[in-house]
Amino acid sequence: MKMDHKGALSPYRLWSLLPRMGASRLPDALMFGMAISLFYGVLMVARNWLGPITPQVEISRSLLALPGYAALSLLRITIAYLLSLAFTLVYGYVAANNSTAERFMIPLLDVLQSIPVLSFLPGVMLAMVALFPTRQLGVEMGAILLIFTGQVWNMAFSFYASLKSVPRDMREAAKIYRFSWWQRFIEIDLPFAAIGLVWNSMMSVAGGWFFLMACEMFVLGPRDFRLPGLGSYLQTAASTGDVRSILWGVATMIVVIVLLDQFVWRPVIAWGEKFKVEQVESTDVPRSWVLTMLQHSRSLSYMGKITVRPIRESLTSYFARRHQVQPAGPTSAAAKNWMARTVGVIAIAAIIYSVFQVLVLLSGLNHAEAAQLFVSLAATFLRVNATLLIGAAWTIPVGVWIGFSPRLARIAQPMAQIAASIPATALFPIVLLILIKMGGGLSIGSVILILLGTQWYILFNVIAGAMAIPTDLKEVCSVFGIKSAERWRKLILPGIFPYLVTGLVTASGGAWNASIIAEYFHFKGQTFFTTGLGAIISRASDDGNFKLLLAATILMAATVVTVNRLVWRPLYALAEDRFRFEN
Amino acid sequence: MANAIIVARAVEKFYTQPDGNRIEVLAPTDLEICPGKIVALLGPSGSGKSTLLRMLTGLSAPSSGDVLWHGEPIASHSPNVAIVFQSFALFPWLNVLENVEAPLEAKGMAAIERRKRALKILDTVGLDGFETAYPKELSGGMKQRVGFARALVVEPEVLFMDEPFSALDVLTAENLRGELMELWLNKKMPTSAIFVVTHNIEEAVLLADRIIVLGKNPGHIRADFEIALSQPRNRKAAAFIEFVDRIYEIMTQPDTEHVPAAAVQMGASRSPKRKYQMLPHARPGGIAGLLELLHDGDGREDLYRLASRLSMDVDDLLPIVESCVMLGFATLKDGEAQITPDGAAFAGADILNRKVLFRDAALKHITILQCIDSVLKAKSNHSIPEEFFHDILDEHFTQDEVDLQFDTAMSWGRYAEIFDHDPENGRLILTDPATEPADAANPGAA
Repeated sequence: MKMDHKGALSPYRLWSLLPRMGASRLPDALMFGMAISLFYGVLMVARNWLGPITPQVEISRSLLALPGYAALSLLRITIAYLLSLAFTLVYGYVAANNSTAERFMIPLLDVLQSIPVLSFLPGVMLAMVALFPTRQLGVEMGAILLIFTGQVWNMAFSFYASLKSVPRDMREAAKIYRFSWWQRFIEIDLPFAAIGLVWNSMMSVAGGWFFLMACEMFVLGPRDFRLPGLGSYLQTAASTGDVRSILWGVATMIVVIVLLDQFVWRPVIAWGEKFKVEQVESTDVPRSWVLTMLQHSRSLSYMGKITVRPIRESLTSYFARRHQVQPAGPTSAAAKNWMARTVGVIAIAAIIYSVFQVLVLLSGLNHAEAAQLFVSLAATFLRVNATLLIGAAWTIPVGVWIGFSPRLARIAQPMAQIAASIPATALFPIVLLILIKMGGGLSIGSVILILLGTQWYILFNVIAGAMAIPTDLKEVCSVFGIKSAERWRKLILPGIFPYLVTGLVTASGGAWNASIIAEYFHFKGQTFFTTGLGAIISRASDDGNFKLLLAATILMAATVVTVNRLVWRPLYALAEDRFRFEN
Repeated sequence: MANAIIVARAVEKFYTQPDGNRIEVLAPTDLEICPGKIVALLGPSGSGKSTLLRMLTGLSAPSSGDVLWHGEPIASHSPNVAIVFQSFALFPWLNVLENVEAPLEAKGMAAIERRKRALKILDTVGLDGFETAYPKELSGGMKQRVGFARALVVEPEVLFMDEPFSALDVLTAENLRGELMELWLNKKMPTSAIFVVTHNIEEAVLLADRIIVLGKNPGHIRADFEIALSQPRNRKAAAFIEFVDRIYEIMTQPDTEHVPAAAVQMGASRSPKRKYQMLPHARPGGIAGLLELLHDGDGREDLYRLASRLSMDVDDLLPIVESCVMLGFATLKDGEAQITPDGAAFAGADILNRKVLFRDAALKHITILQCIDSVLKAKSNHSIPEEFFHDILDEHFTQDEVDLQFDTAMSWGRYAEIFDHDPENGRLILTDPATEPADAANPGAA
C-alpha cells in the first residue's frame, strides 16, 4: 500500500523495477507483438478502404484467404460495436437524466428494436454508397451501420435501465459531496451499469455475426455489393455448392468465436465482477486466465500509470473545478427550454414530412400487391409461431432434464453456448444443401432455418429456469408422491414459466428477423423462395422495388410491435407477478 | 438563536396529485441546528424524518418555508455538510481509500493532499490496514466506519446521520456509537454539530443534547426538549430511564393532542377533508401474538419493558399495539398496554372463534372495513374492483402509503373473512360464510 503510494508520486521510480521483471516477460513480449500487428493491420485496412470502389470484389475460395477474411469481418464487427457503445452511452444517459426526453426516447427504443434490421439493409447501403461514391469506404460503412442497428438497441436499453436503478442513497451521496457530472458518470453510472452492459454487449456481438453474414454480400437491383470477409466467403462457397469451403468457413467462424470468448468476453466478465453490487463476496467468481495475465503484465500497468491515470486525474479535477465555480443552480433554464422546444419542433416537422412521403409512396401499391402482402404476412406469422412451438416442444423437456442434473448442466451448458453463438446465417448453406438432397421445399425448410437461429434462446432460458427451482420444492413433490404429469403441471411448468417467456420473447424477435433470410435464398446459382413477408422483403431488395420493400418492412415492424404489446408484455407481467420465486 | 448554523422556518413538504389534491408529508416545522450540539430526531416510520433531514441538507427543496444556512437561503450556497447513510451508500467498485477520497476528488483537490487526508481520517476511525479492501469484504460495522470516514474527510460543519446504526447488529451498533461519542467528546472530529435521525429511543437519549419527537400523518413536531445529562451516559441511571419512559409515553399517546396549532389552522384551510382513520401496519398474527403475551401475563405491560424483552424496536412494536387499541382489544395509557375483556376473549379463543371475534371487532371499529362490507353486501354481484379502495386512499396518502394501507386492510379483511381478494382480476369479493364454510373450517378441523 505505502509502496504504491510513493510510486504514484513519481512514476519513474518504476524504471528501477523493470530489469527485475523476469517472471512476467512473456506477457510483455506478447503485448509488444500485438502492438506491432495492430499497427500493420491499421495500415492495410486504410489502404483498402480509402482505395477506389471495387464493384466486383473477387471473393477467393482459397483456404489461405480465410484468416484475412476473418480479420476483416472481425474489424467490421468491432467498429460497429464501438459505435453502438458510444451511442448507448449518450442515448441512455440523456434518457435517464432528462425526463422530458425520456418520455419519447424510451418508447422509440422499444419500436426501433422491433424493426427487422435486415430490411434496413438496402436503404443503408444506398445512402452510404451515395455518401462516398468513389471510395470502398461507402460499402464498408453500410455494412458497419447495419451491424450497428442490429446491436445497439438492447445495449441502450440495458444502460438506461441500469442508470434508473442506481440506489437513491448512492445518488444522494454523490449530490451531497457535490460530484461533478463527470465524476458521477465515471464513479457511479458507468460502474453500476457495467455488468448489464457486458452481458448485453456479448449478446449484441453474437447478433452482429448473424447480420454480418448477410450483409457482406448482397444484391440490390442491378448492383452487386461485395465486401471481402467471412460472410461473403461462405455465401460464395454456398452459391457454387462448394461443400469443402463451406465447412472450412464455418470452422474458421467457430475458431474466431471461441477465441473472442477466451480473449475478450471471459476477461471482461471476470473483470466486471468488481462492479457487482453485493453486500458479501460471492464464492463462485468467474475467472479468466487472460485477465490474470494482463493484470500481471507490468508494462501494461506502467502504461496505465503514465497515460490513463493522469488523464483521468486531470479530467476529474477540471470538471470538479468547473462544478465548484458554479454551484448547483438553474443554468439559464430559459435558454435550455427554448433549445428543447426548437429541437422538438424540428423533430415533429421531420416526422410529419417523412410520414407524408411514405404515404405517397405506399399509395402507389396496387391491389394485387396489397393482397400479396397480407397473405405473406399470414404465412410468415404462422411460420414464426410454428418455429416457437417446435422450439419449445423440444427445448422444454431437454432443458429441464439438463437443468435438473447439475453434472449434465456443467457439460452441456458451455457446449450449447458455442452452438448458439454460431450465427445461423453461416449454417444456412449446409442445411439448405441437406434439404435439397432430401427434396424438401423451402416452405418447410425455412421453418428449420429459422429454428436454427432461435431455439437456443429458449433452451438457455429453460435450463436457467429449471436450475432456479428450489430443491425443497422438488423434495415436497417426492414426499407427497407427486409424479410425472402432475409434477410438470404443479412444479416444473410454473417454475420455468418466467424464463420460458423471456426465451420466447427473444426467440420471437429473432425469428421475424431470420425469416427475411430464411424465406429467400440464392444457392448454387438458383433462387429458392417461399411465400412469406421475409421473402417479399428480400425479393423487393433484389429487384430494387422500394415501394414494396417499405410496405413489407412497415407491416412486419407493426406486427412485431403489436404482438409484443398484446401477447408478450402481458405474459411477461404475469410471469413476474405470479411465477417468480422470491428470495 | 443568532449563531445557529442551519435554521428551518415553517418548512413543509407536500405532494400535489394530478387532480390538485395535496398530500402533506410534513406539516410546517421550525427547527435549528446550533454549534456544539447533537440533535436527535425521533419518530415512527412515516413521520417524515428523512424528508426533514433531506430538506435541512439542501438535498431536496421544501414545498414551502425556508432553510437558511448561516442566515442565507441554503439553495444559493454549497453548504458544508455530510451524510452518513443507513445503507452505508458506499461505492462497491471503489476500495476503502478510493471511497473516502471521492468527496475530495469532487473538490478538485490534488492527489497527494487527498491521499494524506484520507489516510489520516481512516486512521481516526480505526480503519488502518483496510485501505485497499473493497466494501464487500468488510463487515457491516466496518462498512459504516468507511461511511463515517467518507463523511468526516470533508470536515463538515454539520454531520447528518440517517439511522446510521439501524442496519447493524446490537453489539456492533453499541460499539460504533461509543466510538463516535468518544471522537465527538474529545473533539477529535472536525464537526461542530451533529443531526441524527433515529427510531431507537435509547439511542437518542444516549447521544443527544436535544431530542425532537415527530408524530405522523402528516409529520409534525410532538415534543422538543433538552437532555441535560452529562456524558458518558449510563443506561441504568434513574434520570436516563426517566427520559426514555417519557419519550415512550409521548410516542404512544394518541396523536391528536400534539398537532401544533399552526398545522391545524393551515391544514384546515388547505384540505377541508375529514381525518382518515389510518391503519397501523400490523398482521393479524402479530396482533394475536401480542394479545396472548398480555393475556398470559397479568394483562398489562410496560411498552418499554415489552420492547426490550422482545428485543423489538419501538417502531416495530408500536403498530401492533396501536392495532390492538384500534380494534378495542387493548388500551394504552402512560406507556402501558392493558388488555380489554374483548382482547382477553380473543386471546383465549380457538382458531375459528378468533376469526369470528376479529370480524366483530373489525366491523365495529374499522371504518374502511365497514365501508367495504356494506358496499359488497349492497352490490348484486357481491364484488367491487380494487380501484374503489385505491380511489378512497389516494386522496389521503402518498402512493407508498396507499400500498401499505391496502395491504394491511387486505390482510385484516381476509383474516376476518369479510371479503376475499382476487389479485388476478383486481377485485374484492364478499366472503359469504353460508356458501363457503369449507374455507373457515379447514384449518380448525384438523
